[in-house]
Amino acid sequence: MFKKLLIANRGEISRRIGQVARGMGISTVAVYSDADADLPFVKEADEAVRLGPAPAKDSYLNIPAILEAAKKTGAQAVHPGYGFVSENAEFARACTEAGIAFVGPPPEAMLRMKDKSQARKLVAAAGVPVVPGTEDVVPDVGTAVSAAESIGYPVLCKAAGGGGGIGMAAAKDPAELEKVFRQCTDRAKAAFGREGVYLERYFSAPRHIEVQILGDHHGHLIHALERECSIQRRHQKVVEEAGSPLFADGKNPELAQKLFTAAVTAAKAFGYANAGTVEFLYSDGNVYFIEMNARLQVEHPVTELTTGLDLIGWQLRIAAGEPLTVRQEDVKRRGAALEFRIYAEDPVKFFPSPGPLKVFVPPTGEGVRLDAGYAEGNIVTPNYDPMIAKLIVSGATRTEAIERSIAALEQFRIEGIKTNIPLHLRILRDPAFRAGELDTRFLENHAKP
Amino acid sequence: MADVAAHITGTVWKIEVKVGQQVKEGDTLVILESMKMEMPVEATEGGTVKEIRCKEAQPVNEGDVLVVLG
Repeated sequence: MFKKLLIANRGEISRRIGQVARGMGISTVAVYSDADADLPFVKEADEAVRLGPAPAKDSYLNIPAILEAAKKTGAQAVHPGYGFVSENAEFARACTEAGIAFVGPPPEAMLRMKDKSQARKLVAAAGVPVVPGTEDVVPDVGTAVSAAESIGYPVLCKAAGGGGGIGMAAAKDPAELEKVFRQCTDRAKAAFGREGVYLERYFSAPRHIEVQILGDHHGHLIHALERECSIQRRHQKVVEEAGSPLFADGKNPELAQKLFTAAVTAAKAFGYANAGTVEFLYSDGNVYFIEMNARLQVEHPVTELTTGLDLIGWQLRIAAGEPLTVRQEDVKRRGAALEFRIYAEDPVKFFPSPGPLKVFVPPTGEGVRLDAGYAEGNIVTPNYDPMIAKLIVSGATRTEAIERSIAALEQFRIEGIKTNIPLHLRILRDPAFRAGELDTRFLENHAKP
Repeated sequence: MADVAAHITGTVWKIEVKVGQQVKEGDTLVILESMKMEMPVEATEGGTVKEIRCKEAQPVNEGDVLVVLG
């Protein structure tokens, strides 16, 4: 096992990876930008190295600075967390070339899934169901309009290099498609440095279901059941849970089996190893592959709490070359868990709300876990995404997890910034949510103030 | 005359108008960026852009005047 690990990330995930690593006897190196020097993830690490000024391109995306920090501190491995350099195959390759283990999939697997239309083709050829759409990047508006005719409206326009909902928009007719196509092309270029947009069928109210994958470098790969992440705003997840209410009390067993088989088939088609997630849309009794994320997912704790698997621990052991000793038949769900992303934002308009955390008193209680990136007295700056913490609550049943969540969120005291805690409470009290009737447009129609 | 202020704390990502330009109520004047989100700042009334009090990439606080309309 490694003696020293560099964590190329910030906030709650850097802190969490650090805690797991130190619990395994591994010394940790945090890297940070000028905006984050006072945050807990920097203070708790065994060593900390400044990367540069606040903008991500000068700090958390600054590959030469990260590699330099790893060499200077003698780190034997780098964990990239999620976001930033986590899905950057060049970074993974640069680490390997410098003799530093990259905690993640092989760079070749990352490249195979990075371009979404290429990824679609690859898994479809392996027999995985995919959303109806264009096989290739659409070169111009004219081609887009004629392709949309055979796919059927509404269609979704997606940037090929995109992710996290950036560079994505739906069109209900050819006129709207012309407008949206140009916007998406511009966004793809600005955000990801490359043009390329593809089209697919837009489902009006699908569910977002994903499957956790864990594989080693010796050919053993398993799934660790599903999560549901249908509660989203602006295509960003807000509440995630394990398992999906779709499969509650043993419902839809054939669909569940089809989903897990598709996920494992897709992961194997990519030549995947380490922890990853295969994302699907569910609509009208079918599941459709959308993409595979080559990294640890924000919402991984709901899987950890309901399967007992230590995903970050396994990531480190797998990266060190150890075999995955968990067999597929050992993976069983116990209870239910919900995760609430605590965002620094207005709970109604979703406007960002950076500022000082004058009061920050997390809740405690049975089944309550908090992964926080900040502590009382810290300043939440506008430089990075608005997630300041994740509240994860488990129970023997979904109902028990919901009741515990309400109690925990009511206790959670944050002053100085606005947060979406009131929104979470509205969601938890919504009859449709409680009945497990979820879809990705839930927040447009439910949990209103 | 109208002072159009930032409704969030963040940085100026793009300025969409020039001094002397005619604008209608609801036109986007400036796009702010905060926490990886783009937030348009719109004209509160129609008129002419008299003054632009910000630069691209400049950090701004909620309430800072960005554009003066007349």
